[in-house]
Amino acid sequence: MEFTRRETLALGAGAAALAVLPIRVEASVEDEIAAFTGGAEIVEGGVELTAPEIAENGNTVPISVSAPGAVAIKVIATKNPSPKVATINFGALSGSSEASLRIRLAKTQEVRAIAKMADGSFRGASQTVKVTIGGCGG
Amino acid sequence: MAKGVKPRVKVPKSAAAGDVITIKTLINHKMESGQRKDKQGNRIPRSIIHRFNCDFNGQNVIDITLEPAISTNPYIQFKAKVPESGEFVFTWYDDDGSVYEARKSITVG
Repeated sequence: MEFTRRETLALGAGAAALAVLPIRVEASVEDEIAAFTGGAEIVEGGVELTAPEIAENGNTVPISVSAPGAVAIKVIATKNPSPKVATINFGALSGSSEASLRIRLAKTQEVRAIAKMADGSFRGASQTVKVTIGGCGG
Repeated sequence: MAKGVKPRVKVPKSAAAGDVITIKTLINHKMESGQRKDKQGNRIPRSIIHRFNCDFNGQNVIDITLEPAISTNPYIQFKAKVPESGEFVFTWYDDDGSVYEARKSITVG
């Protein structure tokens, strides 16, 4: 198979774009996390993230987060077109720092929960969810 | 304003003082993510509920920022502490500026 100069250039450009794309997605996830933590270190554990291992329908995936002593929890879907899912702020009368939501997942990916504790430290937890049918349209 | 938006809330009618109770809320809303396209290939504009808030006697219980990754008909379950009899006020904020409100009373006895 012979390539003309033009085709070779186009192929190269395509490959470069492909290589750059995943990095950008990852960067936006990191940006979201950094915006929440302010760059502070995240210690794994202390947060419970419950999500199904396999979700047949990515349109409604039930998840629940629980972090005793947390003042806020941010939920991030790492491979969604927009990784932000929800930010939960617990008020003075919040019985225990936990909440359940139903979320959309575009494809099989890791869901991450980051909790801001009352003392200003950050805790994290992750869970991989396999998605059979994606839930973000398009 | 999105049509047919009806908030539903489940709160126990009574509790003991200082009890932690579970509250379940559901609101009918299509939560258009802004990612989907119609048959002509045009992007359907985003229209979601972007914030949910719950107060009890003027004190905040929970305040959630919702993103397009929240499912249609957002369901939220959480816990609240009830120190005295009073009223829960639930508020949902729509992208189009509408505010939906639900109120539930609880008796501590």
